[in-house]
Amino acid sequence: MRQYILKRVAHAVFIMWLVATTVFFGLRAIPGGPVATMLGQEATPAAKRALREQLGLDQPWYVQYVDWMVDLATFNFGQSLTNNQAVSDLVMQAAPRTLSIGIVAVVVGLSVAVPAGIVSATRKREPVDYVATVVAFLGLSMPAFFVGILLALVFGVWLDLLPVFGYVPISEGLVPWFESILLPGLAVGLPYGAVVMRMMRSSLLEVLDEPYMKTALAKGVNSRVRLYKHALQNALIPVVTVAGIQLALVLVGSVTVELVFGIQGLGRLLVDSMLDRNYPVTQVVILLVSAVLVFTNLAVDLAYTAIDPRIRYGSESA
Amino acid sequence: MSTDFGENRGTYGPGEMPAEYEQSEAVEEYKSTRQRLVEGVLRDKLALFGAIVIVLFVLTAALAPVIAPYGEEETFGFMKEPGSSSQADVDGDGQVEQVFHPLGTDSFGHDILTRLIYGARVSLLVALATLALAFTLGTAIGILAGYHGGWIDSLLMRYVDFQWAFPELILGVAIIALSGGLGVVNVVIAIGIAYIDDFARLIRGEVLSIREEEYIMAAQTVGMSDRRIMIKEILPNAVAPLIVQATLMIPLAILAEAGLSFLGLGVKPTTPTWGLLLSDGRQFISEAWWISVMPGLAIMLTVLAFNMFGDGLRDAFDIDEGEVEAR
Repeated sequence: MRQYILKRVAHAVFIMWLVATTVFFGLRAIPGGPVATMLGQEATPAAKRALREQLGLDQPWYVQYVDWMVDLATFNFGQSLTNNQAVSDLVMQAAPRTLSIGIVAVVVGLSVAVPAGIVSATRKREPVDYVATVVAFLGLSMPAFFVGILLALVFGVWLDLLPVFGYVPISEGLVPWFESILLPGLAVGLPYGAVVMRMMRSSLLEVLDEPYMKTALAKGVNSRVRLYKHALQNALIPVVTVAGIQLALVLVGSVTVELVFGIQGLGRLLVDSMLDRNYPVTQVVILLVSAVLVFTNLAVDLAYTAIDPRIRYGSESA
Repeated sequence: MSTDFGENRGTYGPGEMPAEYEQSEAVEEYKSTRQRLVEGVLRDKLALFGAIVIVLFVLTAALAPVIAPYGEEETFGFMKEPGSSSQADVDGDGQVEQVFHPLGTDSFGHDILTRLIYGARVSLLVALATLALAFTLGTAIGILAGYHGGWIDSLLMRYVDFQWAFPELILGVAIIALSGGLGVVNVVIAIGIAYIDDFARLIRGEVLSIREEEYIMAAQTVGMSDRRIMIKEILPNAVAPLIVQATLMIPLAILAEAGLSFLGLGVKPTTPTWGLLLSDGRQFISEAWWISVMPGLAIMLTVLAFNMFGDGLRDAFDIDEGEVEAR
């Protein structure tokens, strides 16, 4: 068990190293190098040299590589090229916004999708199932930014119930904060919930078909215990994986939805920094996003071992 | 099949049996892949609906200049409501006539229906090119990894690990930024790379199980070359999940292209695409809701159709949902 945990943690660290290395070499593989793209064609050689020195690009690549790794390990991310703000400050400003949206999305997504999936599976081919399936199909087919625009249109413009632009920090009151992130959160949460709901439904249907469910029925176990104890425990395992992997959907959704609602979150920071060729910011945001995904998946993996004893023992399947 | 326990019981002599039993004794009817596919889709109403919409979508894209009511760059009154008309001289005969806009016009005065019809071309082109890229590379890598194992396999698995940490859109945005240019080719590469591993993993799994089959051993024994075994023996037997995966990848590619365009990182800003039109309409949401809602509905309908068709195919081929990842 301890060995398994160590193995998973080592794997996560390895992936982060791989991502950091790719970002490092990726930036240096840009045609003409970052300096030329940042300063443009007419830059003087002196200006180019100064920028190269500032970025440490005049060093041999292995020195730069070691520096980069040391900087990462010590959380020293350098400065933004456009306004000389520390990158860590920019990220710390943006992260709570994306996090708020993400939390609303995941909480709403899961709290609707899991029960909906269960109802849909236990009442297969009843009207409830059809309604849930149609909603899930629509959720899978609409990009988050379109859901966002529809929500903004209906609740913001037509009903005038909620703000459709900007973010209010939580320090200015819980209600204004929640109002400012509710619509973006829902927009991101619908596609996420749709994927989880489909998985919940098909996984539970599969388990309900297993012979041991018939055995439980024959033994006279009541339907509530059969569903919640026998079936759900096994059916939840793939759902947990999907819910973890699909956090990527939440992050990606947030990138576009932030644009719809004019929120300066991580997504906006990433896209803006890329358009401005502001590489120090870009690389940190990419690393942060990857880190979130890698470590939530690690957490999901470990949560598994708690739910499913088979994984603890069979190291092959892990 | 009904079993007859009624008056006919006992009327059969030795060696005789009811006609329906004779039929069921026969070997189960063989159906070719194509037959199973067509029958499965026709039976499944949602899949049939999906197939019809897909055909219409492809026709729209192919025949865009014929179907579109006006030219793709023609401009009329700004932000006209759906169902309204504007005054313009369309045929250039010096006379102003009424121009009808079933879906309204956008902030530049383009007819939205026309832009949507031309936008279908970009969506379809990007989706198919992406599919071709991911399919070819993914299948090649996956089949090599599954058949040979060794370093190709380790490399593939590391790449899969790596993709774990990079959501498609982020990877796409990064590739667009690194390649430093907008355009269809860059978009296709940016989106396609993210799906190589889906195909590679799928085919690798298939190969691992097919490799143990006796006919592969037979092929090896008679001295068939590895390459020929991979292409002639293994690939045709793994084709069903590949087709399903391909059908389910197209909508993802369409969504990814729309997302990149929406962020302003897709094809050139003057190209009519659904994502760009949607993003353009975002600023005018309180004055002209239709500019973003119409392309959004177009994306939704197309993606929905592909998803329904893909689901139907999966059922027709009887593939386990876990085998082909629907994301």
